Amino acid sequence: MSTFIIPKFALPGFVAKIGARLPQWPHALSLICGLNLVRSLGILPAETLAEIDGRTFRVTVLDTGAVATFTLQGGVFKPVFGKASPDLQFTANLSAYLQLLARQEDPDTLFFNRQLTIEGDTELGLTVKNMLDAVDFSTLRASLSRLPGFARLRDHGDSHTQTSPA
Amino acid sequence: MSATAQPESFRKPELICPAGSLPALKAAIDNGADAVYLGFKNDTNARNFSGLNFDLKTMAEGIRYAQSRGRQVLLALNTYAQAGRVADWRKAVDQAVDLGVNAIILADVGLLDYAAKTHPQARLHLSVQGSATSYEAINFAYEMFGVRRAVLPRVLTLAQVEHVIKNTPVEIEVFGFGSLCVMNEGRCWLSSYACGESPNTVGACSPAKFVKWDKQPDAMEVRLNGILIDRFGNDENAGYPTICKGRFEVAGETYYAMEEPVSLNVVELLPEIMRIGVAAIKVEGRQRSPAYVTQVTRALRQAIDAAAANPDRFVVKPQWMSDLAKVSEGTQATLGAYNRPWR
Repeated sequence: MSTFIIPKFALPGFVAKIGARLPQWPHALSLICGLNLVRSLGILPAETLAEIDGRTFRVTVLDTGAVATFTLQGGVFKPVFGKASPDLQFTANLSAYLQLLARQEDPDTLFFNRQLTIEGDTELGLTVKNMLDAVDFSTLRASLSRLPGFARLRDHGDSHTQTSPA
Repeated sequence: MSATAQPESFRKPELICPAGSLPALKAAIDNGADAVYLGFKNDTNARNFSGLNFDLKTMAEGIRYAQSRGRQVLLALNTYAQAGRVADWRKAVDQAVDLGVNAIILADVGLLDYAAKTHPQARLHLSVQGSATSYEAINFAYEMFGVRRAVLPRVLTLAQVEHVIKNTPVEIEVFGFGSLCVMNEGRCWLSSYACGESPNTVGACSPAKFVKWDKQPDAMEVRLNGILIDRFGNDENAGYPTICKGRFEVAGETYYAMEEPVSLNVVELLPEIMRIGVAAIKVEGRQRSPAYVTQVTRALRQAIDAAAANPDRFVVKPQWMSDLAKVSEGTQATLGAYNRPWR
C-alpha cells in the first residue's frame, strides 16, 4: 500500500538556469529508454501506438530546465535534436510530472489548475493521456518483475489500490 | 443507528462511478463503488474520446474484476443511432448482453425498443441523455420498454426529484459529483454549432480535433474550430473547452454568458437525498484519470456511509470537501439545481 504523498514543489530558480545550459541529451535518452522499455513489454495498446507513430513530442520540465524532444518511428521511440516544433508539447514543474507518474494527481486537475500546459495537437494529447491512463500498473509491475534487476517488484502490491474491498 | 425513525422512502443510494479505462474501473471498485459505468471504444457512448474506453477483451476483464467482488457494471450506450448505421448500435446492445453487464444505459427510444424486444431479460436504464425530467416520461419508458431505472437530468430541484420518485415505480438515479454544463442533456447542439459534431451525433462535445489551446504571453487562449471560446489569464483556472462554458462579448461586456466552469457536489444534501428515496448517486467523469476516480470514490464512499449510518447527525467532513474541490473543474462546487429556490 502506497502512503508516500508527493508534495507540490518548485525547485529554486537557479536550478533551471543551470539546467537549461547543460546538455539535454542525457535525460532525453533516459526518458526514451524508459519509454522503449515500457513499449517492449507490450502493455501499450498496439493500435494507439500506430495512431501516434510519426508524431513528435516535447516534454519540458520548467524548474529543472530540462527539455526532451522525441518521436515514435516504426514503433520505436527516438530522440529528435534541433528546434523543430513538436506536434505535442507538455510543460510542467518536476513535482507535477512525478504526481502524474505516481497516479497521485489527475492530468485534468493539473491542467485546470494551470500546473500542466499542453500545447499542439489536442487530439494527440488526449490519445497519449488516455493511453497512459489505461496502463494497468499491476500488469506493468508483473512484466517488469520478470526482467533482471526488477525482481523485488514481485513482492509489492498494486499501488493504486488503496483500500481493500470488504 | 439513527436516533429518529426515517421515513419509509429512506434508502441508502448506490455509488455509481465512472470508468474510462481498466485502471479507473479497478480504482472505483477498490475504493468502494457499488457499480461502475463504462462504454465501448466507439461512438455508441457519449465519451467517445481517442484512446478512452474499452475493447471487448478489456471490458470482459473489467466485468470479471467488478462482479467477482460483488459489484456491478453498467454499460453506457447513450448516444443516438445515426441514420444508416442503426446496426452498429444494435450490435453494441447484443455485445453488452453477451458480455453479461448488469444493466445497459440507453437514451434512444428505438434502441430501447430493440433491447426490450430482443433481450427481454436485460436490465435497462434510461440515460440522462434521454432527457426525461417528468414522471410521465419515465413511466412511459417503464410501460413501453420495462425500464428499471432512470437517470435524471441535472435540472430538477430536490423537491421535484421527490415528486418524480413518489409517482413512478422506476428507480431514480441522480448526479452527485462532477463537471456541470448547461444540462440540456440529450438535446444540446452547441458543439455542433461550432464544429458540426456533438454528443448525440459522434459521442463527444467539443471533439479534440477541433480544439486548439494557444499559449500567449499573458493568457491561454482556447478555440473550437476557430471560434475563440475563452482566454484564461495566467492566474486563472482553466475549464473544458465547451461553448456553454465560454466567455463571450455580449452587449459590450465579456463574461460567462451561459454557464461558468463549475462542479456539482451534493455531499451536504446526502441525508435529504436518502430521505426522498434516491436509488443511486452517479459521479461524472469517464474522461478523467484513475487518480480522479480514486479520490472522488473514496470521499463519496465515506460520506454516503456516514450519512446512511446517522442521517440526522450527519456532519460534512472538511477533508471530503477539500479532496473533491481539488479535482473539480473551476475548483468550485455548487449544489446545482437541487436547492435552487425558483422553479
